[in-house]
Amino acid sequence: MSDQPLLVAEDLAKYFGARVGCREVGFELYEGEVLAVVGESGSGKSTLLRLLSGQSEPTRGRVMYRMRDGVTRDIVSLSEAERRFLFRTDWGFVHQDAAAGLRMGVSAGGNVGERLMAVGWRHYGKIRSEAETWLERVEIDPARIDEAPKVFSGGMRQRLQIARNLVTSPRLMFMDEPTGGLDVSVQARLLDLLRRLVADMGLAVVVVTHDLAVARLLSHRIMVMKEGRVIETGLTDQVLDDPREPYTQLLVSSILQV
Amino acid sequence: MTLEPMRAAASAVLEGGPGEGEYNFAYLDEQTKRMIRRAILKAIAIPGYQVPFASRDMPMPYGWGTGGIQVTAAILGPDDRLKVIDQGADDTTNAVSIRAFFARTAGVETTTRTHEASVIQTRHRIPELALGADQVLVYQVPIPEPLRFLEPRETETRVMHALADYGLMHVKLYEDIATHGHIAKTYDYPVKVEGRYVMDPSPTPKFDNPKMDNCAGLQLFGAGREKRIYAIPPFTSVKSLDFEDYPFEPNKFDAPCALCGATDTYLDEVITDDRGGRMFVCSDTDHCEDRQASGHRGHLHVDGPAARGTVA
Amino acid sequence: MYVAVKGGEKAIAAAHRLLAHERRGDLGVAELAPEQVREQLSLGCDRVMNEGSLYDRDLAALAIKQSRGDLIEAAFLVRAFRTTLPRFGYSLPIDTAAMEIRRRISATFKDLPGGQVLGPTFDYTHRLIDFALAAGVELAVPTEAEVAADAGVAPRVTDLLAHDDLVEPDGEGDLDAAPGDITRDPIRFPVGRDIRLQSLARGDEGYLLALGYSTQRGYGSSHPFAGEIRLGEVEVEFVPEELGFAVSLGDITVTECQMINKFAGSAKVPPRFTRGYGLGFGHVERKAMAMALVDRALRASDLGEEIVAPAQDEEFVLMHADNIQATGFVEHLKLPHYVDFQAELGLVRQMRAEFEQTRAAIAADLKEAAE
Repeated sequence: MSDQPLLVAEDLAKYFGARVGCREVGFELYEGEVLAVVGESGSGKSTLLRLLSGQSEPTRGRVMYRMRDGVTRDIVSLSEAERRFLFRTDWGFVHQDAAAGLRMGVSAGGNVGERLMAVGWRHYGKIRSEAETWLERVEIDPARIDEAPKVFSGGMRQRLQIARNLVTSPRLMFMDEPTGGLDVSVQARLLDLLRRLVADMGLAVVVVTHDLAVARLLSHRIMVMKEGRVIETGLTDQVLDDPREPYTQLLVSSILQV
Repeated sequence: MTLEPMRAAASAVLEGGPGEGEYNFAYLDEQTKRMIRRAILKAIAIPGYQVPFASRDMPMPYGWGTGGIQVTAAILGPDDRLKVIDQGADDTTNAVSIRAFFARTAGVETTTRTHEASVIQTRHRIPELALGADQVLVYQVPIPEPLRFLEPRETETRVMHALADYGLMHVKLYEDIATHGHIAKTYDYPVKVEGRYVMDPSPTPKFDNPKMDNCAGLQLFGAGREKRIYAIPPFTSVKSLDFEDYPFEPNKFDAPCALCGATDTYLDEVITDDRGGRMFVCSDTDHCEDRQASGHRGHLHVDGPAARGTVA
Repeated sequence: MYVAVKGGEKAIAAAHRLLAHERRGDLGVAELAPEQVREQLSLGCDRVMNEGSLYDRDLAALAIKQSRGDLIEAAFLVRAFRTTLPRFGYSLPIDTAAMEIRRRISATFKDLPGGQVLGPTFDYTHRLIDFALAAGVELAVPTEAEVAADAGVAPRVTDLLAHDDLVEPDGEGDLDAAPGDITRDPIRFPVGRDIRLQSLARGDEGYLLALGYSTQRGYGSSHPFAGEIRLGEVEVEFVPEELGFAVSLGDITVTECQMINKFAGSAKVPPRFTRGYGLGFGHVERKAMAMALVDRALRASDLGEEIVAPAQDEEFVLMHADNIQATGFVEHLKLPHYVDFQAELGLVRQMRAEFEQTRAAIAADLKEAAE
């Protein structure tokens, strides 16, 4: 592991016409580190995630990423080819809606195998056995490898989406409300799984959530956003146990303590 | 077949049309031909890449081979000898119609003999006889985009080609094996040209795919409605997509041709009665006739000139 | 003994003779002259000129006769003929403000400079079959000069409104820039408005009608008003290179429609009325109106509107508008597909055999378990 940060956001701002999406956001993320971005809907956290993952261009500031070859690049300067390559190798993106991150009509094996084939795997048997291994790691019965996610439960879809992302051993994952819309018991199992995988693989993660329990369980550090700005940041336990900002205090007090 | 009956057929097909001399050589005006030739040259320079071209409205409907016809019109010269096949045969209605069109508008010699032709226009087949270095094969293409039914948007497929982002195509092949135990594509079987572009071979049966590889002749593909031309220059690598442990396999037949006895050709199934009777015969009629003429016999062959090959 | 099917040439020749007889119909009925089609089925000719993309009324009339009244077939004949014509260059843009008005209406203003000119229209006829027409009718002598005296000056409605910015002005396109040409270059998406309007202008009337209608029914709602529809003659001018100045080629009849659409404003554009544009050869009101609706719907992304409906989907709309292409590809299914079908037949046989094997194996297992 390098002692250089993996991802750096510098003074990021995004405006939609006169409306502020987010502004004055800056942070550094190191390998193996999990950063939670919390706030209500409209606080700018999803806008921030799109900027960080290169899916939209900032109005001001920049996002720097240290590539596998050690060279740090400005995300905006990457070509479409480089961006796509990053997205199927070194990066992962877990969507709240699994349908946005999966091919719903393609089998579980095909979903997991797609990234492998995209980076040149051409042996059906090996692709399939790698897919089976990953289904097991995300607690999906490998016997269901030929079923399409459209017949899976919400929790299974989400776990399949995670397997599909992790199969090429990325270094950085973006997660957008990964437990949103799931039953509480299903959420707990998913969070437990995520925490284990993240630790095992030494993944760096930016997870966006409105759910402080998710932040508490997964993240090392936390950023609280309100009206497009970061209003409080620090170690997760510190911020959640001893919030300084009145807004953070309100957020923390409004949920059951975990 | 001599030239005279062909001219008669041409007159019949174009009955009521303008007299000779009222159209430019091979129908299209010279500017249009130059435009098409530029597209062809670009296509040859980038094997397997689909070159957009300003396809014209032709007097045949879209779907009848307007792309192939435009390519043929653009490359045809007065000394050329043209062969046109559809489904492997010279006598199918559309082949007759296209051949007559060029006999009429270009006055070129036509032939049904593969080895005599300098330009061969085809729909759905590649002749059994290997192309020579002095021959051009022109394919009629309905949907030039091999990724079209995986991704309907042209904007997206163009990016996928540009970035060689072909993972989705392999997902499709993976799914076939997972579902059927083998790749369930029997025609229109995608190929990779010179290690770069994934290309649609037009709806030829996959039986014909190996003939495209390292072929001595020039292969040109024209898609009129979709406005695309692409090419495989001579001696270019053309590999059918597959997996290392599930290699590409051409279609196979259990029986030899009933007329010429060939075991290495693509066969048409012919229903012979209403009680389930059927026979298999070569789809390439010229090849079959050639073999019969040099003494090869299938089990249903009838000796004498009454057999296949005589115009009734 | 088997002799393979032959005789395609004879069959085609015979089919064409039969077709010629079908076209002619009962020999006891007088043959239709193209002039009759041109004069008495003029709206059919107009449609064929648009979809055939060639302004030649006589040719359109002949094509209608040849195609037995199938207007798409007729447009197809015209298109194929058009391909053979050499191109000398582009005319100057026509000026519809200088049109010799025969009909001009606005649904947005009761009265306006130049007046409302009803002209020849079905709009206010009662749709009753006129049985008297079967026998032929004597026409009343037309009366002169019922058109407004100042009809010579009829500025476009959109020009009348543009000054206060409530209706968007004409596009900011560079007047010196050459517009694209879909007959010379294949379409590449995303396209500019020039390419879009060209595609729509030769697009199928029925298709555009359905799409335009869908926007009125909430699929990409565009709140349209018929700002102005005008029909009349405009002059076509051309600058031959060797002369260096414009010469008149003559007059053509065109129909122009400018739709005015309510627009609530977006991040990019303030609230104001926006416009959709339709233009066609001859008297083609339905086509021009539908075209204007679809043009406006396709401006969604320019105006920052959310794209939710089929009529707003540029690639979908433009790729399927050409009925010559559409009819060709649909009808090509009539051509033989023996070879492909043969390949599929082999595959289905193989799958059937595997299916039967599996079923037999399961049956054997069950039988064994039962014993």
